[in-house]
Amino acid sequence: MKVLVPVKRVIDYNVKVRVKADGSGVDLANVKMSMNPFDEIAVEEAIRLKEAGKASEVIVVSIGVKQSQETLRTALAMGADRAILVTAAEDVHTDIEPLAVAKILAAVVKEEEPGLVICGKQAIDNDLNATGQMLAALTGFAQATNANNLEVEEGSATVAREVDGGLQTIKVTLPAIVTTDLRLNEPRYASLPNIMKAKKKPLDEKTPEDFGVDVAPRLEVVTTAEPAERAAGVMVGSVDELVAKLKETGAL
Amino acid sequence: MAVLLLAEITDGSLAMDATAKTVAAASKLGDVTVLAVGATAKDAAGEAATIEGVSKVLVAEDAIYGHRLAEPTAALIVSLAGDYSHIVAPATTDAKNILPRVAALLDVMVLTDVTGVVDGDTFERPIYAGNAIQTVKSKDATKVITFRTSTFDAAATGGSAALEDIAAAENPGLSEWVSDKVAESDRPELTSAKIVVSGGRGVGSEEDFKIIEALADKLGAAVGASRAAVDSGFAPNDWQVGQTGKVVAPELYIACGISGAIQHLAGMKDSKVIVAINKDEEAPIFQVADYGLVADIFEAVPEMTGKV
Repeated sequence: MKVLVPVKRVIDYNVKVRVKADGSGVDLANVKMSMNPFDEIAVEEAIRLKEAGKASEVIVVSIGVKQSQETLRTALAMGADRAILVTAAEDVHTDIEPLAVAKILAAVVKEEEPGLVICGKQAIDNDLNATGQMLAALTGFAQATNANNLEVEEGSATVAREVDGGLQTIKVTLPAIVTTDLRLNEPRYASLPNIMKAKKKPLDEKTPEDFGVDVAPRLEVVTTAEPAERAAGVMVGSVDELVAKLKETGAL
Repeated sequence: MAVLLLAEITDGSLAMDATAKTVAAASKLGDVTVLAVGATAKDAAGEAATIEGVSKVLVAEDAIYGHRLAEPTAALIVSLAGDYSHIVAPATTDAKNILPRVAALLDVMVLTDVTGVVDGDTFERPIYAGNAIQTVKSKDATKVITFRTSTFDAAATGGSAALEDIAAAENPGLSEWVSDKVAESDRPELTSAKIVVSGGRGVGSEEDFKIIEALADKLGAAVGASRAAVDSGFAPNDWQVGQTGKVVAPELYIACGISGAIQHLAGMKDSKVIVAINKDEEAPIFQVADYGLVADIFEAVPEMTGKV
């Protein structure tokens, strides 16, 4: 069984986000970029399935600017077997919407016929939490989002999901789409020899036109603004003072 | 314009707060029809019918809707979609599972975690863990939206909308429920609590989380946790507050032993009053706190529990 893992190149999660003064978006020029953390968890899970003998091949795919190639190389260095780069934007500030991404992925699924697709549950840039569910809709596959645990069996997978009330376990028919939550696993670091080896692994280059997908956005970004700042607070010296202040302001 | 609103129903009971807040947000868009879906949904539908601003409640009661699986509910919503300009729901884990599937089946984009309604096509939503607020205008014929309930006030009750039974749609039969692991608690629900007491990595163990819980119980508060505390196994996943956990905006948020990573702030910085107790005076949490106390939580939190 092949496992397909989409990965996205996003701003590194440690970088302080700056909104551009003209309100056109977030400044991504000369900013450190990394693999979306939830996608790293997805890559790790796929590699573990291969190591356990449940997957035959791990294919990673990224849709975005040409530099997403670096993100794919990182996934290959972690242990993925081959990569597909779909160059769909020239400017790093262009975010391809989940609907268009899902359409491209659906076309890749048709070609590759994976038994399982593991996606990150959300990208930490647009925070949409949509691609996996949309891909499930377009392929007609089952979906198991927010995975906390994944067990692959013959023809099905049992997935524990992180939901508002706790954990829900469901069984999905394969092929299926699984999206990862934080507690699914702890991704490995790529070793130096594996980083060197990754440079020789196959990386196919494609465009949205190859799949007949129109990536024109459905949502027009009118403006991007800084959130309202909180007024500066005060430091208190003791629990007594804290409780007194909270009672004074009616918070307690 | 007409709005179809998916009520938040779990095991037959309505999450009134989340649903009423979503009605308040949706009322700005048009006439609101609520969809109540479940193996049992009549009682929940009857309750939803009392929310002011609801004009009708559709009730789809069928065993296939028993465990909030995405595929059958999405298929049902798609079968009804033709009559509506907007399909909306509260941004809960259930609705965030279902609505993007609905949107893709309708060939439209989804707008998740919407915090503001500018007009029928234009909405505000946070991006980059709330470090930027984006205003977006949808060009799609049907708008599919989840609303972040913490930013809307609940619609009042006192209405009496009519109930209408509808037939179940075809079940794609792709997934089946196995089990639920839900902790029983008498505490208020995290996203609608007036007071939240949260613990972070500084709490140190599951055992020591009891000091956080004791303060919460004294205040009638919900208990929250940072990602670090959940990852370390000190607290269950459904307590997590943050970018990818729950977003809360209570009257009072008390952060104990939480450093204040951006990802945590994204889930609580809209709280009315924020208190931070941390022994590290450099902790970033103090930058968003209204009241900061540099102290050992193992002394300060039990002391506070005794004094409130």
